[in-house]
Amino acid sequence: MWLPLLGLIIGVIIGLQAPSLPQTWAQYMSVAVLAAMDSIFGGIKAGMEKKFDDMIFITGFFSNVLLAAGLAYVGERLGVALYTAAIFAFGVRIFQNLAIIRRHILKK
Amino acid sequence: MNKRQIYVAVVLLFLGMMVVVQFRSTKLTQQNAPMARAQELTSRLKEVKEERDTLSEQVKDLRKKLDQAGAGTGGANQAIRDELDKVRMEAGLLGVKGPGVQVTLNDSPKELRPGEDPNLYILHEEDLLKVINELRAGGAEALSINDQRLLASSEIRCAGNTILVNTRKIVPPIVIVGTGNPDTLKSGLEIKGGIFEQLKFWGLEADVQKKNEVAIPAYSGPVTFNYTKPLK
Repeated sequence: MWLPLLGLIIGVIIGLQAPSLPQTWAQYMSVAVLAAMDSIFGGIKAGMEKKFDDMIFITGFFSNVLLAAGLAYVGERLGVALYTAAIFAFGVRIFQNLAIIRRHILKK
Repeated sequence: MNKRQIYVAVVLLFLGMMVVVQFRSTKLTQQNAPMARAQELTSRLKEVKEERDTLSEQVKDLRKKLDQAGAGTGGANQAIRDELDKVRMEAGLLGVKGPGVQVTLNDSPKELRPGEDPNLYILHEEDLLKVINELRAGGAEALSINDQRLLASSEIRCAGNTILVNTRKIVPPIVIVGTGNPDTLKSGLEIKGGIFEQLKFWGLEADVQKKNEVAIPAYSGPVTFNYTKPLK
């Protein structure tokens, strides 16, 4: 249990030390953060259903993050607010997963 | 099981990093946008101020040269010098003194009630113009507003929330000093239905005092005639 926590702390420290992000990238980052949170909640849900798979979790995390940021970037180029699609999809998923997690916790 | 922990740790590492970076950049943008603008304006202001200082330096220098030329040799020049002084006094390039009035104007001290238009209770350039006009009609010979000498070419102009006179910012309380017959000047301002009555209607502070001697500074800026030539 301590290892993931250590990872999180190191990540926060790196984030605090890292040079600040250029303004133009901030919105890609925001969608990517949302995607990452979706993956985390998905992982927690899978863990509670005892279906957690390392590879699915880790590939899901990075592909979600990259796809969300990429989608935002393409949307920006095309002049279509594609990142709203990502926000919507991930937002809905996060709440669904949260509901399932809550049910699992209550059933115990 | 251990491998799984490493994976989760790696993912959480990235998540923590991303969230913190995003948090910081959002905070930064919220502070930065107006700050960058303010900085730009500050540097521009500094630039312009420096420019103004060099120019006024130049003016001083040229004035000195003019003085030297005026103080030239021989008594024959005396008449010319007197004439020059008179002309310079007229042009506002000499500080002057004499009997006159001191007019003090200020915004209304009244507290605004919600929904009221603050514009009604502050001094506008129109008010100044009317006062100046009244003083001139009363025979004022030299005038200054907050130590800015009024020339024939001086503007009294609204610029945003301030008033400009000789391109300098003028802020209340506004002190207008004029030379002339104190009685005429004072009664001109305080005449029934006159400008003071209008100002006081809106609660603006207006006061005029007769003075045995008032001092009016010289105009400090450059006088340029880029387009104008004497008519022969």
